[in-house]
Amino acid sequence: MLALVLAAALLLADQRTSWLDPVRQGLNLVVAPLHYAAHWPLDAGGWMQQQLRTRAQLQQENARLERRLLILEQKAQRLAVLQAENVRLRELLNSSERVDEQVRVAEVIGSDPDPNRRELVINQGSAGGDVYQGQAVLDSQGLIGQVVEVGPVSSRVLLITDANHALSVKVNRNGVRSIVAGTGRADRLEMRYVPETADVRKGDLLVSTGLGGRYPNGYPVAEVTSVTHKPGHAFLSIDAKPRGRLGRLSHVLLVRRSEIQAQQPGGGNAE
Amino acid sequence: MLNEPRSRSAGTPVVVLTLVLAAWLEVFPLPEMLDQARPEWLALVLIYWIIALPHRVGVFWGFGVGLFQDVLMGVVLGQHALAYALVAYITLLAYKRLRVFSPVQQSGIVFLLTGTAVLVAYTVQNMTGTTVQGPLMMLLPALVSALLWRAVFVVLRQVRRQFWVR
Repeated sequence: MLALVLAAALLLADQRTSWLDPVRQGLNLVVAPLHYAAHWPLDAGGWMQQQLRTRAQLQQENARLERRLLILEQKAQRLAVLQAENVRLRELLNSSERVDEQVRVAEVIGSDPDPNRRELVINQGSAGGDVYQGQAVLDSQGLIGQVVEVGPVSSRVLLITDANHALSVKVNRNGVRSIVAGTGRADRLEMRYVPETADVRKGDLLVSTGLGGRYPNGYPVAEVTSVTHKPGHAFLSIDAKPRGRLGRLSHVLLVRRSEIQAQQPGGGNAE
Repeated sequence: MLNEPRSRSAGTPVVVLTLVLAAWLEVFPLPEMLDQARPEWLALVLIYWIIALPHRVGVFWGFGVGLFQDVLMGVVLGQHALAYALVAYITLLAYKRLRVFSPVQQSGIVFLLTGTAVLVAYTVQNMTGTTVQGPLMMLLPALVSALLWRAVFVVLRQVRRQFWVR
């Protein structure tokens, strides 16, 4: 009976206040090794695979990666020019210059076993450097989520597909702004509150706007997969697919908030 | 049995170790399909130890184990603590009957117990956040737990005899 009352009190305290954060931090230190340990078999499997590769396979892969590097470098060359041009144009428009964001790599060591939640555990925490709550997380293809809980040696990332998550985006083609909310399913997002007359088409790329100060501006978030008009509804019903490969992540990038965005008052945009 | 008083509470580390092992299985990476049916390992091990050692493992163990799982899964503190404390209480009331039940009957009761745990946790989650899946889908882990109960029971009984846990 006492335990039940205590549990109910804990529930309330944790939901409404931040008193219990030290408790959570302490227990987190115990829990983190478990996440590491659970990840270990996968790690070992990957290591074995690497060790058992033949020379020919490695050479092949090397050649493939070199080709890819060449292509990416060529793109980067043009990027430098475009960036300079962008800065000049922004000066002309009297708008502030965008600062390059710094990124650091983190390894995914666990995902949430609870089917109602979409979360990841990564191997970076407050002990290793500056991971902070609300930090944006990317993979090579696009935005995947934000840090919601920082432990000493591991952190939790809330994915954009979680049903509790929403962020501000715009259509890359024409700048129509909207909100993309998670549905709780791994490969589906929902675009909300888009008026019937808005120009959104299948295949449109949605990029982050940076409104709300939580996410950096201009990273790809999702791609529109279907647009349906429902007669009698005020808004379009739009499905989108996340750009990041949320199901099979092994490494993610943590983005440090750039100086300009850090100066803005940080309002939470995650609902 | 000269050292009876000393060995009366033997084996607490073993109990804790089995619980840690269960927690490890709880976060073990599984494919998306199997993930839906992941058994409630911690609840199973907890129920076993309550049936085996009702004088030592009780409601507060349930509470502690639940709290640990809350942090493990990053949910609101108290969600599983509430659920497991309740399950521990019910198990304590019924452990004498559970001991003499046949394996199939035991599995049935374990289904009800883990089902209770899952649904209490689900209710709390529903109140504090958003749930996506229907409650019926959430009973799948309870079903799998019931099917696995006999195996868990046999393994833990072996462990208990091996290490003289009493």
